[in-house]
Amino acid sequence: MKHDIFEKRSMVLLIGILIVVAIGGLVEIVPLFLLGSTIEKVQGMRPYSPLELAGRDIYLREGCYNCHSQMIRSLRDEVERYGHYSLAAESMYDHPFQWGSKRTGPDLARIGGKYSDGWHVAHMTAPREIVPGSVMPGYPFLAERKLDAADIATRMQALRLAGVPYSDEMITAANDDLAAQINPESEAAKSIVARYPKAQVRKFDGVASAEPTELDALIAYLQMLGTLVDFTKFDEAGPNLR
Amino acid sequence: MKATSEEVIALSGAAAIVVALVGAVIGLVFALFGHDEVIRLHGLFFLTACSAAAIYVATHPREGGEAEQQGYFDGPARVATLAAVFWGVVGFFVGTIIAWQLAFPALNFDLPWTNFGRLRPLHTSAVIFAFGGNVLLATSLYVVQRTCRARLAGFWSGWFVVWGYQLFIVLAASGYVLGATQGKEYAEPEWYTDIWLTIVWVTYLLVFLGTIWKRKEPHIYVANWFYLAFIVTIALLHVVNNLSVPVSFLGSKSYSLFSGVQDAMTQWWYGHNAVGFFLTAGFLAIMYYFIPKRVERPVYSYRLSIIHFWSLIFLYIWAGPHHLHYTALPDWAQTLGMTFSIMLWMPSWGGMINGLMTLSGAWDRLRTDPVVRLLVVSVAFYGMSTFEGPLMSIKAVNSLSHYTDWTIGHVHSGALGWVGMVSFGAIYCMVPWLWKREGLYSLRLVEWHFWIAMIGIVLYISSMWVSGIMQGLMWRAYDHLGFLTYSFVETVEAMHWPYIIRATGGSLFLIGSLLMALNVWRTVRGDKSVDIASQPRVAAAPELRVGALAAPAE
Repeated sequence: MKHDIFEKRSMVLLIGILIVVAIGGLVEIVPLFLLGSTIEKVQGMRPYSPLELAGRDIYLREGCYNCHSQMIRSLRDEVERYGHYSLAAESMYDHPFQWGSKRTGPDLARIGGKYSDGWHVAHMTAPREIVPGSVMPGYPFLAERKLDAADIATRMQALRLAGVPYSDEMITAANDDLAAQINPESEAAKSIVARYPKAQVRKFDGVASAEPTELDALIAYLQMLGTLVDFTKFDEAGPNLR
Repeated sequence: MKATSEEVIALSGAAAIVVALVGAVIGLVFALFGHDEVIRLHGLFFLTACSAAAIYVATHPREGGEAEQQGYFDGPARVATLAAVFWGVVGFFVGTIIAWQLAFPALNFDLPWTNFGRLRPLHTSAVIFAFGGNVLLATSLYVVQRTCRARLAGFWSGWFVVWGYQLFIVLAASGYVLGATQGKEYAEPEWYTDIWLTIVWVTYLLVFLGTIWKRKEPHIYVANWFYLAFIVTIALLHVVNNLSVPVSFLGSKSYSLFSGVQDAMTQWWYGHNAVGFFLTAGFLAIMYYFIPKRVERPVYSYRLSIIHFWSLIFLYIWAGPHHLHYTALPDWAQTLGMTFSIMLWMPSWGGMINGLMTLSGAWDRLRTDPVVRLLVVSVAFYGMSTFEGPLMSIKAVNSLSHYTDWTIGHVHSGALGWVGMVSFGAIYCMVPWLWKREGLYSLRLVEWHFWIAMIGIVLYISSMWVSGIMQGLMWRAYDHLGFLTYSFVETVEAMHWPYIIRATGGSLFLIGSLLMALNVWRTVRGDKSVDIASQPRVAAAPELRVGALAAPAE
């Protein structure tokens, strides 16, 4: 029997297994790094500002991805409910991606600007006060916790190692930018918009204080989701046709 | 078997102590200089575990001589069996909590460590890696020795694998509750926990391979092909998908090396093959050993098992993109994923047929032995969910099913029906065999476990099918003016009763597992069996069977 060679030689079996299981992954994954068409050419994408990044880290920490997707599929009802279908370019700086796999709650890919900051503050604190049928847990503790982001520059450096184009200037100014994004009166507030176009500068949780809370960071992140790409300049039939 | 030389024994003891001390120092550094509370706590865990290991090795010198190498080395398999029962109950319990949270959100208590978002990874990891992983460790360490007629390779390494794996579970679980996560489903443990698992896993591979190298049987048995494929492929998936950049080597936080679309593809290549190789190939090995053993019939078809093995492992690895239909993943990858997922139906059913037909001439066992019923029903569920999977991977079907609770129902028909039931069957077989008992404490309790779990599964999957499809239809429903009919929250409200039915089903499944824990505990303790007369001959440990020849290990 020809199969004997696998049954009598463990290393032949082992190598055989490795070859057989390697093929599918190589064919499906490697081209995604090599083909230029994988990520659309768009205008407006930029790395997260320090405050948005800190908010995103809280989004991960609390496991929001377990119930919320960030990926609008190219289906009529989804586009009408949530907005333009998601582009690969829109998550090109997301380490890790947060497309999700389940919608116990609605998709959040374009939640930015859909509700006011006040809505988010009230909803995070007690979801059923705002949306009676919701099954979302409450996050009252976010408003009470000071944001611990002393290492935000180190986090940005780690992301730069992974390929996010943070400049030296962005990393040097990280702590100042983080403080400035909740303080529109400050001088630094102007330079943050220059560094991170479309960055929204205000006190997100509505409580006047120079120190950002975890809720500030999370709302800053939610309010910018899906707002960066300029769809008036996006040509889906042209160079972006995949 | 000749005795291990004194030099080797001294060397192995010294090496074990040195490794444990190095681990203790690393733990101490984390505990003292860690940048955040999670890594300091984990350093403390690490320090405690490694110190305990060093003390144990130092105070328990090996006996050496021929006596040490007599018979099979079943200690690690026993630990893993008990751990599987323990983590199973924990994992089902957490699953039940989060199921009730979705029905009654007040149960979240709005505290960081009790909210759904942190408990759901705890549930998935506890059932997949802690329960399933320990079942795989226990059965593989048991099966590889019997089918190779060789004692487990190594001495301390077998213990290292099972206890090291428990440490991994504790690190992962405590990290989730405290908010340390990589944010990738089923790959949530942070970078240092991943490195620890890699070390444990490579040792596991070496122990497994080393036992195969010592074998007295010329052929490697089919169950071991599946175990080997499971071990090496999981190593490959784990290492690639968890590549990340730690923010600091003294902090718990890291960022995935990949981003966006590439990260999504890598994650689902990993995620779907955690299903394919952890929850399928590994458990098929269990099917290929425990069904023939329990019903005392040979595997139905040797030829089919060869086709089953190679086609299954080749096709499974392609299936990942079916989690990403209509997303920003390029169409060519989606189409490949769908095509291979549909093809995967064939080897899956080939394997199911091979398992079921092994009962040829012994179908009466289905009526008389509830352990056989657990094993056989599990294979039936395997057939059902491996038909449903390819169906859901078709893009048109997926456009409806994706993001809904239908997916959750599908996963649980596989997880509760296939993985759960086949594990229970294997545990009920193995416990009297490992502890040298004449049978289980109570076969009647197994009967109760079977039916309670069965009713639980039916409630669970039927409520999730119906409500999942309803959810998908509501999301895409249009009224006569061309507007979307339902707001999102209306679709959430419609899920209330199905969520209650689902949570009830899950609670029943949990109750069944408690009966198993009781039964296993009393069997291990050596309590006199209450219904030994109704138990089949194979329920007893091989050396205690009537008319059995005492077969030496080597």
